[in-house]
Amino acid sequence: MKLDDLISGVLDSRVGRSVAAKAGFPEATVLRRGEAFPTGAIALGTVEPASGSLVPDALAALGVTAQPALVDTPDARSTDAEGRQRPPAYPGRLGAIVVDATAASRIGQLEQVRAMLRPAVKALEPSGRVLIVAADPATASEVETAAVRQALDGIMRSVGKELRYGATCNLIQIADGSTASELAQVLRFALSGRSAYVDGQPFVLSPLPPGLDQLDQREGRIVVVTGAARGIGAAIARRFGAEGARVVVVDVPVAGQPLAGVANEVHGTALQLDITVPDAGDRIARHVTERYGTDAHIDAVVHCAGILRDKLLANLDEQRWAAVLEVNLAAQFRINDVLLDPDRPGGLADGGRIVAIASTSGWAGNRGQTNYAASKAGVMGMVRALSAQLVDRRIAVNGVAPGFIETDMTASIPVIDREIFRRSSSLLQGGRPVDVAEAIVFLADPATPMNGQVLRVCGQLVVGR
Amino acid sequence: MADLRNAVIVGSNRIPFGKVGGAYASASNIDMLTAAIDGLAARFGLAGERLGEVGAGAVLKHSRDFNLTREAVLSSALHPATPAYDVQQACATSLTAAVQLSNRIRVGQLDVAVAGGVDSASDSPVAVSDRLRRTLIRLNAAKTPLDKAKTLAHVRPSDLTPEVPKAAERRTGLNMGQHQALTTAQWGITREAQDELAAASHHNLAAAWDSGFFDDLVTPYLGLTRDQPLRPDTSVDKLAKLRPVFGDGPDASMTAGNSTPLSDGAATVLLAEEGWARSRNLPVLARIVDAETAAVDYVLGNEGLLMAPVHATARLLGRTGLALQDFDYYEIHEAFAATVLCTLAAWESADYCRDVLGLDAPLGSIDRAKLNVHGSSLAAGHPFAATGARILGSLAKMLAQRGSGSRGLISVCAAGGQGLVAIVEAC
Repeated sequence: MKLDDLISGVLDSRVGRSVAAKAGFPEATVLRRGEAFPTGAIALGTVEPASGSLVPDALAALGVTAQPALVDTPDARSTDAEGRQRPPAYPGRLGAIVVDATAASRIGQLEQVRAMLRPAVKALEPSGRVLIVAADPATASEVETAAVRQALDGIMRSVGKELRYGATCNLIQIADGSTASELAQVLRFALSGRSAYVDGQPFVLSPLPPGLDQLDQREGRIVVVTGAARGIGAAIARRFGAEGARVVVVDVPVAGQPLAGVANEVHGTALQLDITVPDAGDRIARHVTERYGTDAHIDAVVHCAGILRDKLLANLDEQRWAAVLEVNLAAQFRINDVLLDPDRPGGLADGGRIVAIASTSGWAGNRGQTNYAASKAGVMGMVRALSAQLVDRRIAVNGVAPGFIETDMTASIPVIDREIFRRSSSLLQGGRPVDVAEAIVFLADPATPMNGQVLRVCGQLVVGR
Repeated sequence: MADLRNAVIVGSNRIPFGKVGGAYASASNIDMLTAAIDGLAARFGLAGERLGEVGAGAVLKHSRDFNLTREAVLSSALHPATPAYDVQQACATSLTAAVQLSNRIRVGQLDVAVAGGVDSASDSPVAVSDRLRRTLIRLNAAKTPLDKAKTLAHVRPSDLTPEVPKAAERRTGLNMGQHQALTTAQWGITREAQDELAAASHHNLAAAWDSGFFDDLVTPYLGLTRDQPLRPDTSVDKLAKLRPVFGDGPDASMTAGNSTPLSDGAATVLLAEEGWARSRNLPVLARIVDAETAAVDYVLGNEGLLMAPVHATARLLGRTGLALQDFDYYEIHEAFAATVLCTLAAWESADYCRDVLGLDAPLGSIDRAKLNVHGSSLAAGHPFAATGARILGSLAKMLAQRGSGSRGLISVCAAGGQGLVAIVEAC
């Protein structure tokens, strides 16, 4: 038996779990996943004085009947048998609380947020949700307003770290011109189990461009996923397949056998292609026209193909450097160049979506990963810059930064390190490939009002935007 | 004939070919054929589709695999309501299947079909001796324990020796290499010419792999990502060092290096009515224009065992009015390097073409630069029934790349003194 197996065996045993719990390592909760909303009541609290907020209409659009949030004011408190002051308590488990802080512009108003969250965090069910809706600090005209809006980000991140049993806290920053249906699209994702591993994350909304027929465009959409033979890429392909998309799965020729399996599973088509070859973009576009018609266009491209060649910088040669930057970054540029040519048959459609996989390493850095972090931070830079260029064509470009996800790749990390990675997240566990896939399908959805964002799917593993 | 529809080759898929006892040592024919069909389904989005028919076969076949192709279809991603049948014509198996299915599409009986072949030299059927087999059948029929005991008493130790399949002709007892050695000597084919052809096969195939030519023709299987018999670094000098294994005397020239290795693998080709393919936005690469099968009387030694394709070529060209030089590519299956060289020599021989084929003039010589340009069986390996589909799939792609109207000739020799030749033309 290998040492790793021995250690993980002990950690998984009943005795091991009991010892770990006594040592202060609480057990990870099985997260609520999929379309399901929380089972308990959803409370809505509003920072006053409010007027014309989108939140009530957005909740109504989701069919949510929210109950008023309890507020922890001195008058509302009771005194228990030992004479201690107790905040007001919800009668049962709370599924979620939505705090509408769009009106918050003065420091004093933040007290209202505290007063609404205090009773709620105690009552939250496992995998419950705390969602704060606010305006974007970048659009504030007054300094204090900007400070207050940014303060909400700090509250959100800290609450995320305090919540237990799979509950998460996220912030939704609406923009000038956002609509209730756009907010509903984000709230649906954030309330549902699809956002299970998204925690401590601001969602920054950009209004959808006009002229986009937003809904019910998921069936039959043509989606290209690179790196789709295994792990996260395969999960992405499966998730799009479940939505009824026509999925083109791409991976290197040597991964052809698992790639064919994924293609057949999702009733899509397989393209064996090394994305670093000079004509990779041409071959993707040609495959699309040769399978879906000469006038076919891609509705979404997901750049998931990526490699690791970890070495401490002191030992890092030019081959390991180049391989990672080539696959993870340069190849995407060349492919995008071809697919973004508006006259290109089989290219990206107007109103289409690009989603690129970044990594939390790109934000936080990682020992032995200068090449990888360079490539993934580069992806984030690309997402921001490219998104601004394509507004006229109504093309949105976003990214997803996975944290520690349980895949074949991360299974090769030594067991102790692996356990540390898991425990370092607010959710005390690694994510699953499907968690990343859910975020990508969300960002690739034509109704999602986000552009130029990189969404972390890391269970709040590290700091980041 | 005016009412015939157009049957086209949409594309193909095979698994890399393995060496005997190599990567596919524990894979069965059904496993490999299923993998080849699954890769084809993935490439062309056929998962869950009910196709018109799948026709495929194997040369070395276990008796339990009588329904090999249907079983592979059921294991595959295709719709389980896809019918299938087994076909077998030795090394011409999958090309014969492609011709049959193409014709069925042309007459309107099918819209879409898969032709294929598979063989495993690693998982070959081993049978009991005829005497033991008959004894066991009688044992099964025996009613009383005493009868059974009496029947078993007939078994002799020598009956227990298993029968291993041999590539030997039943009527002559000679194996294929021994037969080819006779023809090689008859045509005076030199060792040097054979080794040159073998080296070229390896170098051409290696270049094709390096260029990505097989990216949309092959799907890896069981960790094998390239053809296992391929030796990119072989050379005429290295091949010259090998000892002859077929033929006798100082002139024996056929070695393991210029003969095809025993191999495992599977290959498939997707055929469809042209309108069906176009309506589904599938590629339309090429079509089988015509094909001819010939057989020769090798038993009395009047003709070489593997010379039948030469006869078929003469008849096919006569029927279509084409000259041997009217082709952009020639794919002559490399059963042995000498088989290809004997075929070329026969085409060029005025005497042979006149006396044996009854032609006024020799078929003539061909531009060797158009021959097996991406390698053939010597380098790729030769899982018997899979070879025809391998050749047809690669040739259809080459022709489509070259352009509409370009033409290729396939020549495949087969056991039993048979040969199949087909004309393929880019759409």
